[in-house]
Amino acid sequence: MATDNLELYEVFVRARRGLDHKHVGSLHAQDAEQALEYARDCYTRRSEGVSIWVVRSRDICASQEDDSESFYDPSDDKPYRHATYYQLPEAVNNM
Amino acid sequence: MMTPEQNFMRKIEAEEKIEPKDWMPETYRQNLIRQISQHAHSEVIGMQPEGNWITRAPSLRRKAVLLSKVQDEGGHGLYLYSSCETLGVKRADLIAAMQSGEAKYASIFNYPTQTWADIGAIGWLVDGAAIVNQVSLQRTSYGPYSRAMIRICKEESFHQRQGYELMIALAHGSPEQKAMAQDALNRFYWPALMMFGPHDAESAHSAKSMTWKIKRETNDDLRQKFIDQTVPQIEFLGLAHPDKDLKWNAERGHYDSGEIDWQEFYNVINGNGHCNRQRIEHHVRAHEEGAWVRDAMTAYNAKQQAKTTEQRQAA
Repeated sequence: MATDNLELYEVFVRARRGLDHKHVGSLHAQDAEQALEYARDCYTRRSEGVSIWVVRSRDICASQEDDSESFYDPSDDKPYRHATYYQLPEAVNNM
Repeated sequence: MMTPEQNFMRKIEAEEKIEPKDWMPETYRQNLIRQISQHAHSEVIGMQPEGNWITRAPSLRRKAVLLSKVQDEGGHGLYLYSSCETLGVKRADLIAAMQSGEAKYASIFNYPTQTWADIGAIGWLVDGAAIVNQVSLQRTSYGPYSRAMIRICKEESFHQRQGYELMIALAHGSPEQKAMAQDALNRFYWPALMMFGPHDAESAHSAKSMTWKIKRETNDDLRQKFIDQTVPQIEFLGLAHPDKDLKWNAERGHYDSGEIDWQEFYNVINGNGHCNRQRIEHHVRAHEEGAWVRDAMTAYNAKQQAKTTEQRQAA
């Protein structure tokens, strides 16, 4: 099948009510409706999900792996954002 | 065939989450909007009493920690507003309702932060009480609210610990520092108990919220949990417990406690606390001062859109 003229879609599946939709893969389709049907046939053949999201891949704005150092750098020197940074005596350490 | 209402109750009873596009009773939706937006407003207004001390924190370390905590509260407000918006309401309307006084936020933030010790007491007691409530709400029946709570609880675990660490430093410090810690405990203990809301018998929304599993434990049960867990923490600090009627009840396996001053509670809720007017005025001012940024974004988007249309017509 020629996929050149088809849109690429990213597929997200919610495995169970209450859980986040999780990225599972991508596929080509003519439009969103078709992408949903393909996603159902491709990614949930064994009842893997209760809800599917499809998003046009080109609509996804992503951070670049190459920039990750400077992008995430600001959080690297802030260990005090973690609970384990605060040493409390054993008697009250259950908070 | 099940009716939509029966199907909804089946999910609730089976501990399944309700997701945004599911059918739900209108009163369930309204109850959620009220509770989640009130929760979101509390996170955002809660930045004010602590923000008050950022410039006067006694060390760079304390300042960085406090800044980080206040920043978290802003983020938590965002999670909650977003989760509320999945119910088909606009954030601008929610904020307008808060600014007009129609929607509430946690009364505790209408108390002033008079000394540096108050920052310790807030992290320890106010966040401590909030965590007791939020841990329970991780199991709320509405999916987006539950997921926001899980994220918030995970991030918030440091808030209480930094507050208590600060209290240790003061309570084990000079006599003046210890007195300051005791004073902060005395002022924040009772309002922290009030955070759990009225007694179950008097709580307007409790029964329905429990049936629908929006709330998972009652106000009084959650408050008891907090009272019990706080006793050894006060003891460890070597401070006097503010509740003179507090007594271990072996039969119940819980502490019995003195009665809360409910007149104070309703007084503050109804707008007559120390800082009610100041908190709202500040929020309105910050919102208005930021209006030009939102206007600029709208103007930029309109321009971009006009450009695209022009290009398309030319082509």
